[in-house]
Amino acid sequence: MSEGFVNVGWVDNLVEAKALTKHFGSFEAVRGIDVEVRRGEAFGFLGPNGAGKSSTMRMISCVSGRTGGDLEVLGMDPATQGPKIRARLGVVPQLDNLDTELTVRQNLQIYGRYFGMSRARCREKAEELLEFAQLSDRADHEVEPLSGGMKRRLTIARSLVNDPELLLLDEPTTGLDPQARHLLWDRLFRLKQDGVTLIITTHYMDEAEQLCDRLVVMDGGRIAAEGSPSELINRYATKEVLELRFQPGAEKPDLARFADRVEVLPDRLLLYTPDGEQTLAKVHEQGVQPVQSLVRRSSLEDVFLRLTGRTLVD
Amino acid sequence: METLRASWFGFEKTWTWYRRNWRATAVSSFLTPVLFLLALGLGFGSQVQSTALIGGVPYLQYLAPALIVVTAVQGATFESTYPVMSQFMWQKSFVAMVATPITPAQVLYSQVMWIGSQLLLRAGVFVGIAALLGAAAGPGILLAIPLATLAGLAFGAPLVAYSATLDKPDAFTNIFRFVLMPMTLFTGAFFPVSQLPDWLLPLVWLTPAWHGIELARGATFGTLGVLPALGHIAYLGVLVAVGIALGVKFFHRRLAM
Ligand SMILES: Nc1ncnc2c1ncn2[C@@H]1O[C@H](COP(=O)(O)OP(=O)(O)OP(=O)(O)O)[C@@H](O)[C@H]1O
Ligand SMILES: [Mg+2]
Repeated sequence: MSEGFVNVGWVDNLVEAKALTKHFGSFEAVRGIDVEVRRGEAFGFLGPNGAGKSSTMRMISCVSGRTGGDLEVLGMDPATQGPKIRARLGVVPQLDNLDTELTVRQNLQIYGRYFGMSRARCREKAEELLEFAQLSDRADHEVEPLSGGMKRRLTIARSLVNDPELLLLDEPTTGLDPQARHLLWDRLFRLKQDGVTLIITTHYMDEAEQLCDRLVVMDGGRIAAEGSPSELINRYATKEVLELRFQPGAEKPDLARFADRVEVLPDRLLLYTPDGEQTLAKVHEQGVQPVQSLVRRSSLEDVFLRLTGRTLVD
Repeated sequence: METLRASWFGFEKTWTWYRRNWRATAVSSFLTPVLFLLALGLGFGSQVQSTALIGGVPYLQYLAPALIVVTAVQGATFESTYPVMSQFMWQKSFVAMVATPITPAQVLYSQVMWIGSQLLLRAGVFVGIAALLGAAAGPGILLAIPLATLAGLAFGAPLVAYSATLDKPDAFTNIFRFVLMPMTLFTGAFFPVSQLPDWLLPLVWLTPAWHGIELARGATFGTLGVLPALGHIAYLGVLVAVGIALGVKFFHRRLAM
C-alpha cells in the first residue's frame, strides 16, 4: 500500500456493529445486533414502536454510548472519536429540535457554526439549503408557525449543512401528509444520487420499499431478518396475498389447504399464494362467502407479520 | 482551545436569540434593579439616618454596591433554571447541539459563559445608572461589576447543574421562595447582618450573596482587607468550580444516555 492511501479515513462499511447492545438501567432496549452499512447505499431499520430503532440510531450518531458489543462508524470508535465522527454525519432526530424562536435562515447558519464553519461559508450554505428545502420564501420567518412538513424539511436541510457522508434519518416522514412525504422522498433520492449514504428508520412499509436498498426488520431489540425489500418478500411471503374479510365475530373457515400459509387477523384471513385469483375461485367453489375479498401483491407488511406474528401499524 | 472555540459557538447561538428578544427581558434585567435603587435608595433611604453601623455613608451609596450583587444573584437564578430546562426539554437546543462535534461538556461551558456575560452586562449598566443617580461612592464601585458576576455564577453554576437533573420545573418555585428570597433580604444588602440573631449567621455565611456583598461594598468603600477579600473570592470560586464540575457530569448524563 502506498503511503498516500494510509489513514485517509476511507472505509467501505460506514457502519459496522457486532453484538451491539444498549441497556437503560435493567431494561434491554437493544439486545445484540449485527449491522453493516455500505458506502452509497440506503439502509433501513423497520420495526414497530419500542423495537429499539432510535436507541440504535443514537448510538450510531455517536450521541449515546453503547452498553456492549463493537461499533465502528466511518472506521472509528464512537466511544473515543465521537466529535470527529459527528463532524462528518448528518442527523435528523425523530423529534424536531429546531430553534423555534429563530428564523429559518438563522437555524441553518447557527448549525453550520456548530461544525466550525466560517460565517461566510454558513451564509452561503444556508442559501443553498433554503433552495433545496424549498423554504427560500420563508427564510426570514420564525420557525414556530411553520407547518410540520416545512419543519421536517428544515430539519433535513439543517442536517446537510456540513455536507455529511452519512445521513441518519429517524422516522423522517412520520406525521406528514402524503404530498409532504413524496416531496421528502424526492429529496432523499437526490441525496442518494449525490453519493450520500442514508440510514433510515421507519414504520412505513412503502417508505422502506421505496427508499431502502437493504434493510433489517427489528423487533424487541433484535434483528428478525435482513435483506433487500424484494429478497425479504420472496423469502418470507408469497407473490400474492388474498385478503378475505368476514363479519366481525363470525366463525372463520379453515382454508389452510388452499394456500402456502394463512394468517388469522381479528377481522380478516390472509392467504399467501402464488396466484390470488385462482385461490379465490377455489375458495368460492367451497361455498365460503366472505363479505369482501381483495388480491394484492405482498409487501414488507406481510414479511413483518410472518416474522413477528403482529401487524406493524395498528 | 478547541473546547473554547466549540463553547463559543454555543454562546453565539444564544446571542443570536438575544438580539431578537432582548426587549422582552429588558424590563426585568435593567429596569427592575433601577426601580429598587430609586425606591429603596432615594425614597426610603431619605428617611434613614446614616449610622456608624453602615459606615456613616448615605444609605443610597451604602445600598448601591450590594444591590448590584443581589441583582446578579437573582439574574443568575432565573438564567440558570427555566432557560436551561427548556433547552433540554422544550426548545431542545442542547439536544440539537450534541449531534454536532460539540460535546455535552462544551454545551455546559457555553451556557455558563452566557450567564456570566449577561451578569457582566447587567452589572455594568447598573453601575452606570447608579453613577448618574449619585449612588456611586467612588470609582471602587467598578470592581463590583466582576465581583457581582462572580457571586452570581457561584449560585448560578451549581443551579445549572441541578436544573440538568430535573424533568419538571416545580422545584424552581421553591428555590425562588425559600432560597432566593431570604438570600436577597437577609444577607446584608439592606441592613448589616450584625442585626440578625447569632444562630442565623452561619447560614448567612454559606450564601454566595453575603460573600459578594462583603466584596462589592468593601471594594467600593476601600474597607476590605486583602486576606478577607481573598477568602471571599476563593469561596465563590470554589462554588463556581464545583458547579461546573457537577454540570459537566449531569449534562453528560442527560444528553449522552
Ligand atoms: N432514555 C431512556 N430511558 C429508558 N428507556 C428508554 C430510553 N430510551 C428508550 N427507552 C426504551 O427503550 C425501548 C426502545 O426505544 P426506542 O426509542 O429505541 O424504540 P423505537 O424503535 O425508536 O420506537 P418508536 O418507533 O416508538 O420510535 C423502548 O421500550 C423505550 O421505552
Ligand atoms: Mg424511535
